[in-house]
Amino acid sequence: MKNEKLLNTLLGPLSKNNPVAVQVLGICSALAVTVELKPALVMGLSVTVIVALANVVISLIRNTIPSSVRIIVQLVVVAALVTIVSEVLKAYVYDVSVQLSVYIGLIITNCILMGRLEAFAMGNKPWDSFLDGVGNGVGYALILIVVAFFRELLGSGTLLGYPVVPQCVYNAGYVNCGLMMMPAMALILVACVIWVHRSVDKDLQEK
Amino acid sequence: MEHALSLFVRSIFVDNMIFAYFLGMCSYLAVSKNVKTSLGLGVAVTFVLLITLPVNYLLERYVLSAGALAWLGDSFATLDLSYLSFILFIAVIAAIVQLVEMIVEKFSPSLYASLGIFLPLIAVNCAIMGCALFMQQRVGLDATDPKALTSMWDVLAYALGSGLGWMLAIVGLAAIREKMEYSNVPAPLRGLGITFITVGLMAMAFLCFSGLKI
Repeated sequence: MKNEKLLNTLLGPLSKNNPVAVQVLGICSALAVTVELKPALVMGLSVTVIVALANVVISLIRNTIPSSVRIIVQLVVVAALVTIVSEVLKAYVYDVSVQLSVYIGLIITNCILMGRLEAFAMGNKPWDSFLDGVGNGVGYALILIVVAFFRELLGSGTLLGYPVVPQCVYNAGYVNCGLMMMPAMALILVACVIWVHRSVDKDLQEK
Repeated sequence: MEHALSLFVRSIFVDNMIFAYFLGMCSYLAVSKNVKTSLGLGVAVTFVLLITLPVNYLLERYVLSAGALAWLGDSFATLDLSYLSFILFIAVIAAIVQLVEMIVEKFSPSLYASLGIFLPLIAVNCAIMGCALFMQQRVGLDATDPKALTSMWDVLAYALGSGLGWMLAIVGLAAIREKMEYSNVPAPLRGLGITFITVGLMAMAFLCFSGLKI
């Protein structure tokens, strides 16, 4: 019984309760970093780590935070974690951190974080909160990866920087779709993901 | 002055917060159901941007960037505090939003009532934080770059332009969504899906401004 609930906390956000496609949280960065697969992977990983750790920290101190200043306390905890992640990225994957530019800093104001901290970590034990953070981070990363996969494949014919569309296809007259690199197509691709997701899972449809 | 004017127009149409950078997307999607509330949120965002961005600019100029503390004496001239910028920016934004809320409540209860819940929520709107981080990037650019922010006027123009651009985007979307109530959308696309497609089409329309120069 207990394990089942924990499993639900971990796996729910992957589909039924996906942060991007269902809860509509964290859209800004989900759209902006998906031009290529590599920054999307790094971003998904960073958000997962930050949500999980922030959830644990807030959950540990949840009984000592006065509710009138909780937003500021949450923001400071998140900002400290984001600063650490940003410095680590600068040290080990500098090119990706340049590509992600301001969007790493914007994880602070990512609604997934504030949403999970408010809705889950303030009322649950550290271990549950950790699983909830990991689940939501992975659910977010999943959407990022799907969108980035199609944008990179159709937009520049590569995956993770390696060319995958064979030369003979180009010789036959195929061209990369430059529009895929534009911000507008990210929105339309997310709409397609939502469309497919909701046609499969009819419970999620809005009236 | 010309540079400030060009920055102003660019930040509304070319570097639009929503259509080019997806900043403030969460409240943009959640609050754009009718024109009146979205106009209120647009005004609130512009207002908060106009106050927080100059403050963050002064912080960046005189506290955070490399060598910025030189005015304290020679021994401070080699310090680089830029790793503190996330925490300081978000603290400034949260504090100013709280302050603005109190001032508006005291002096203009009618404005306070119409902005309602949006005002405190702006602290976690990524458009505000994003603008501060872009400002930090642009301050370091060469002065001839069309995106460079070189003086307080430029910063004010950038803040006002970004805020108005965001307001334009949210009021436009709200107007379209009001009309869309009456159309027959396929069931899986209803609500969120069709809104994304609408925003995508609006973003494509804004692409035609991309070569704009003054």
